[in-house]
Amino acid sequence: MQLWMIFLPVLAALFMPLLFKKIKLHTGWFVFIVPVVLVSYYVSKIGERASYASWTWVADLQLKIDSSLDGLGLLFSILISGIGALVVLYSIFYLDKTKEQLHNFYIYLLLFMTAMLGVVQSDNVISLYLFWELTSISSFLLIGYWFTRDGSRFGALKSMMITVFGGLLMLGGFLILANITGTLSISEMMLQTSVIQESPYFTLAAVLVLLGALTKSAQFPFYIWLPDAMEAPTPVSAYLHSATMVKAGIYLVARFTPIFAYNTTWIWLIVVLGLITLFWGSFFATKQRDLKGILAFSTVSQLGMIMSMLGVAAMSYHVEDGVENVFKFAGFAALFHLINHSTFKGALFMIAGIIDHETGTRDIRKLGGLMSIMPISFTVAMIGSLSMAGLPPFNGFLSKELFFTTMLNAQDFSFASIATLIPVAAWIASIFTFVYCLYFVTGIFFGKQQELPKKPHEAPIGMLISPIILASFVVIMFFIPNVITDALIKPAVLAIQPNLFVAVSDVDIHLQAWHGFVPELWMTLGVIAVGFALFMTVKHWRKIYTIVPEWFSLNQLYRRMMRLADEDMTKLSKLYMTGSIRMYFIYMFAAIVVIVLSTLFIKDGYAFSTDNVSKIGPFDIALVVVLVVGTFTVLFARTRLTAIIALGVVGYSVAMFFVLFNAPDLALTQLSIETVSVALFLLAFYHLPKLSRHEARLPFKLGNFVIAAAVGVMVTLMALAAHSQKLLPSISEYYKETVYKEAGGGNIVNVILVDYRGFDTLFEITVLALAGMAIFGMIKLRRKKGEHHNETK
Amino acid sequence: MKLNNVIMRTMTQMVFFIIFLFSIHIFLAGHFAPGGGFVGGLLMSCAIVLLLITFDLKTVQNLLPINYMVLTASGLALALLTACISAFAGEAFFTHYFDYFTLPLLGKTELHTAMLFDTGVYLVVVGVTMIIIQSIGGDE
Repeated sequence: MQLWMIFLPVLAALFMPLLFKKIKLHTGWFVFIVPVVLVSYYVSKIGERASYASWTWVADLQLKIDSSLDGLGLLFSILISGIGALVVLYSIFYLDKTKEQLHNFYIYLLLFMTAMLGVVQSDNVISLYLFWELTSISSFLLIGYWFTRDGSRFGALKSMMITVFGGLLMLGGFLILANITGTLSISEMMLQTSVIQESPYFTLAAVLVLLGALTKSAQFPFYIWLPDAMEAPTPVSAYLHSATMVKAGIYLVARFTPIFAYNTTWIWLIVVLGLITLFWGSFFATKQRDLKGILAFSTVSQLGMIMSMLGVAAMSYHVEDGVENVFKFAGFAALFHLINHSTFKGALFMIAGIIDHETGTRDIRKLGGLMSIMPISFTVAMIGSLSMAGLPPFNGFLSKELFFTTMLNAQDFSFASIATLIPVAAWIASIFTFVYCLYFVTGIFFGKQQELPKKPHEAPIGMLISPIILASFVVIMFFIPNVITDALIKPAVLAIQPNLFVAVSDVDIHLQAWHGFVPELWMTLGVIAVGFALFMTVKHWRKIYTIVPEWFSLNQLYRRMMRLADEDMTKLSKLYMTGSIRMYFIYMFAAIVVIVLSTLFIKDGYAFSTDNVSKIGPFDIALVVVLVVGTFTVLFARTRLTAIIALGVVGYSVAMFFVLFNAPDLALTQLSIETVSVALFLLAFYHLPKLSRHEARLPFKLGNFVIAAAVGVMVTLMALAAHSQKLLPSISEYYKETVYKEAGGGNIVNVILVDYRGFDTLFEITVLALAGMAIFGMIKLRRKKGEHHNETK
Repeated sequence: MKLNNVIMRTMTQMVFFIIFLFSIHIFLAGHFAPGGGFVGGLLMSCAIVLLLITFDLKTVQNLLPINYMVLTASGLALALLTACISAFAGEAFFTHYFDYFTLPLLGKTELHTAMLFDTGVYLVVVGVTMIIIQSIGGDE
């Protein structure tokens, strides 16, 4: 049941084309059933013990498709299916059945839903990776949904490149972990934390897994794909790029905290990169002109915030027991903000989609004064933005207070003075968050109304239902936060910090809106005051965005790397893949010479001996002279005819060598073969076209000469070395003894050819036959000019 | 201008049979003396080439109405089947058998399955050489 639930969306996706083509009703209504079933199933699991189910996939490799619904998995599953239901509802009104290819859209979306559920419920690292890449692929398909637009394709490719890059590195990390522990199960790995800590690859595994999480969650410096992914339809942006997929990285960090928290590199990377992302995202969000651009950068920033809190949660593993634990808030705060962010960011994206849908533009400079025209959207946007800014009475206030608490505690972890920068950085980032939240709301709804592509009016109620539900969550969670935290977050914290808490009842955190005049409150008041001042003077300091030139950005770095991988590598390969066979022969011969000579040198093969050397007679010398003269004649011949005849001389003198060395069969064969091949050479020569009959001497090229000399030297050295170092006696004695008795023959050569080793001969005649047929085919079956069109008909 | 090469034609008619017989001799003697299917085949095709040089392609085709493709294929098949004999008999592939028989005229003679294999080689070599020379030479 548990596993079928994961695959329910994919199974439903199979019917989408049929439903789209045959039934007039908007396909989304059928899709809507799926997340509703899922969310009711997962909500019914609240409060139950963690349950586990698995299908063995490849038993010998421990591969399993499994589902482990502990607190953390359940929290994410409810988030995925819940927001999924709202997004499907919203998309029913957002996408027009007559204009869009809805079956494609919903297949991709359902595929994504299965992938996300698989990611958050997998206990097996390989199945986790499988679903992880499935999220990348389905996200790629969804971003490129309007594939006729250049921007969509660019954004889809960029997100694919970056997330798959991270995913592959993460797989590397998983495999290292699996090698250390000998298991693929995450829960079994957690039992072996001491083994993992002792491994020299511990830090490497941590960094690799972290890279997967950072790329998926759009952390610095990998956040650049997220703003470009805004080319997707708005329901996709709301679902994938605010509420679910980008949180897969958060999930991964949370899931692996009990393993990697012992590694300080892991902790500092998360905290520092999280804070940089938080600041960077919030700083650049104000620069954006596009509504979804602002929201994309704000998503980046908020994810950085959650990530840094998870880093602080990991610090608790390094604190002695018994000391009053200041880090216990961190994991809780991270998950609490994760839920809050999903609610208000989902609502804000949907509002941005509504504005786009009703006015025809997403450019904030063209918008303004829509407050009285679109009151409901305005209310929802106001609630979402103020919650994002961290103001009461919205849930963002509670999570921001928890965030400040966490960061103030974090400076106690390291007693270096640099750690005091942590809360300061968090505070400054919060100010910018406040600024862009105001910028977002006032830019759309305040000020004067301008000319718009469409005449603006309030959105249909169906489109507003989902944002209203999300916004009401934002308010409800401020007033009664503990209902949700007790049900969802406390069990999930157990998975992140099992060192602190053993049972749900141990998590004695009780949220309340008012907790006295603590430093966090003053920090919030400071954020509001400074943020407001900055917002009023925005025109004066906006110039700082132009200080950093356009070419000095991460996007440019990405573009340059893509150019490096594409154009520059093409140029590089064109540099050596010249298409000239002469060059390729030079590479091949040079490689052979280098490999053989260095091997001879390394293996000490240059030991030459003159034992077993036969006497050299006058005939041998004479023949060698003829051979050498023939060879040089080939090289220096002015005409081809001379070269062919000189080649014949070489061939016949080789035949003479066979005679001298008592090889009559070889001599016979060599003589006839040489005759036939010289005849063929002459035939080929006769048929050469007239124009290219260069009767010129071979031009001298130093490179060719060096290569040729080196190959000659190499072969000579190798032959000498091989002759000098015979390790075993020859097996020819056996042939001599058995050739008559067992094989019934007298000519050893022929008996070897047809009897002892007839197999070789069988295939040699096959080679001959093939060559004959190939020549026949080449000559007889070639098409004449202009004839080649006829055969294809 | 047409040359009348009657000397060459007459000589060829004689020499052809001498080369032919020599090629058969070399082929048959291969198991005990230098020679065998390969050289025999090459010599045989040399004899046919001599005919080709003296007469033209069409005349030779009329004299020896042989499809060299079929010849090559049957040579390969013969070689392969010979190798398969032992496999049918339940022994290792490519095992050869031989024994001595007293034949009329020849006296005590050794008969060897390797000879069948060598015949295959002979046929393939003749066929392939002729295919190559005929297709290149006949292509104008």
